[in-house]
Amino acid sequence: MASAAEPHTFPQLAKRAVADTQLRRNIGNATQTIRTKRAGVVAEVPDWEELREAGRSLKEHTLRNLDRYLVQLEEAVTKAGGQVHWARDGAEAKRIVTEIAKRHSAKEVIKVKSITTEEIKLNEALEAAGIRPFETDLAELIIQLGDDVSSHILVPAIHRNRAEIRELFMRKLGLAELSDRPSDLTAAARTYLREKFLTVPMAVSGANFGICDTGTICVVESEGNGRMCLTLPKVLVSVMGIEKLVPTWEDMEVFLQLLPRSSTGERMNPYNSLWTGVTPGDGPQEFHLVLLDNRRTDVLADRTGRQTLNCIRCSACLNVCPVYARTGGHAYHSEYQGPIGAILTPQLHGMDEAASLPFASTLCGACYEVCPVKINIPEVLVHLRTRAVARSGFNMEKLAMGAAIRMFDNPGLLETAQKIARVAQRPFVSDGYITGGVGPLRQWTRARDLPAIPAQSFRDWWRTRR
Amino acid sequence: MSGAREEILGRIRGALAGDPAGEVAVARGYRKTSDLSGAALADRFAERAEAYKATVRRVDAAGATEAIRRLQGRFVVPADLADSWLPAEFVRDDGNLAHRELDAVAGVITGCAIAIAETGTIVLDAGAEQGRRAITLLPDFHVCIVPVERIVGSVPEAIRALRGSLPRPLTFMSGPSATSDIELNRVEGVHGPRRLEILIVGAA
Repeated sequence: MASAAEPHTFPQLAKRAVADTQLRRNIGNATQTIRTKRAGVVAEVPDWEELREAGRSLKEHTLRNLDRYLVQLEEAVTKAGGQVHWARDGAEAKRIVTEIAKRHSAKEVIKVKSITTEEIKLNEALEAAGIRPFETDLAELIIQLGDDVSSHILVPAIHRNRAEIRELFMRKLGLAELSDRPSDLTAAARTYLREKFLTVPMAVSGANFGICDTGTICVVESEGNGRMCLTLPKVLVSVMGIEKLVPTWEDMEVFLQLLPRSSTGERMNPYNSLWTGVTPGDGPQEFHLVLLDNRRTDVLADRTGRQTLNCIRCSACLNVCPVYARTGGHAYHSEYQGPIGAILTPQLHGMDEAASLPFASTLCGACYEVCPVKINIPEVLVHLRTRAVARSGFNMEKLAMGAAIRMFDNPGLLETAQKIARVAQRPFVSDGYITGGVGPLRQWTRARDLPAIPAQSFRDWWRTRR
Repeated sequence: MSGAREEILGRIRGALAGDPAGEVAVARGYRKTSDLSGAALADRFAERAEAYKATVRRVDAAGATEAIRRLQGRFVVPADLADSWLPAEFVRDDGNLAHRELDAVAGVITGCAIAIAETGTIVLDAGAEQGRRAITLLPDFHVCIVPVERIVGSVPEAIRALRGSLPRPLTFMSGPSATSDIELNRVEGVHGPRRLEILIVGAA
């Protein structure tokens, strides 16, 4: 987290990002590309709306019975030879993972891309304990080597171009020669990580789904780094948010259709790994599942906010969001960006950290339309805005809105106010817009184009026509 | 850690306590089967697997044997792969080949549990003629034999068919490994096999 002095609210960070035209062009092109791909593969599924409805209702059903399903998953995983741990918060989860690593004298661990471990800052905790974590997803590796932070749920290094990646790899991997062709950059990462895959004794992963009736865990990926981590080390630890449950094996038929098409815009992602406890002679012979709460139960307690827990981390909402397309992911100052980040971050990290995020939206509803599990993101945004405004106590915006309501209720008052405002606005109007202002008006116009009050009101115009 | 378990379960029960009674009904209006059958299944599977940059060949049993015999270099095969599908040079994996040995072979030949036409996916379940997961992961080239009768139409059909595979580990593969992390350019072959060749047997 940034120190208090550093800018970290959305308006501060977004202002900087919007001024970066190269970034806007990169993010705009990237989101457009994924959006088009997604639309194509979704259009070929005749029952897409039925699948969305199944996804939503399955998630709601699971959340309503979460205690029962968690116990069922625990039993099934244990029966299959796995060990289940419960973590109230990030600190507890980090302690559990670190202790397992220490027990095996692991000086290094390999990691599968996992936003949940980013959420709890697991890498920092491992490093503090003298254990070196290696990110193995190509984008996560780029982020880790660059001492950078993720800017997109699915493609975390979307803000980096090939020239920057080339320079980074040469410097950090000690390569004398390297072209900036994506195939060569990928090959360099392959060579670097292959040795890690073959020698590191323990892996840490997240989990896309935990299937309650069979105790099966599922990780969805493309590169094969996931398969490497889930197959080669002796010990595997998976950290999973308690909301990632799927009741039965058969329910996977819904999510394995919704997730790939929504996220990468593919019919299926290249690799899905599903494992059930420990299989003698095949893969890790010790498996730990860490079930993480970390405020998810608080989200569950909020009946409007609860639907946020339906999220399957596909990132479709980022790619359609007009705000994300212009600011990129860093403006959200969170491991969860875009529309889902704007509702998830304040709920998981608290309003103190992220009170500005519910306002980082135009409420256009595009995110709701693409969400494969029908999270009504605009509804949750408005719900959280109310909470942010209520906790801020006295607030000029609230006062101004209250005055506006009284004015629109009373036509005489409105006309008088318009006449006064037409004169009062003169020093601030340029090209039909109020660009400056004083006091709270300046705060408002800093992030918005405020049209000037026209010389003639509609009511005056109407009167002259009659 | 039992304290954490009880506390989390308690928090959940507290969070749900004020909810109106009644179950949330799960909507199941989606398709359970596809319209594809017979030759159309194999056609669709081949087309979609190729879209994922897999090489697909449609052969009869003799053609498959011939194709495999002609492979160049030393291949690893699962202990129970049928004799007719052995390449000129091979090593059988009895479960003891070290990771470094697997890293050094030219490729691997396996069967599969099932294939999904609509998505171009093959699924391995560590069952007959497939071996453990590491053998299809470390070698750079994977040749997968897909008997035509193992091809199903849709994801729901595959999920149903795979219930019996559990608790064995499952790997779904759609083409060779790939990344799009650098400026969204697709590059085949990151950490898994760079090449995937699928032999659809019986579809000639």
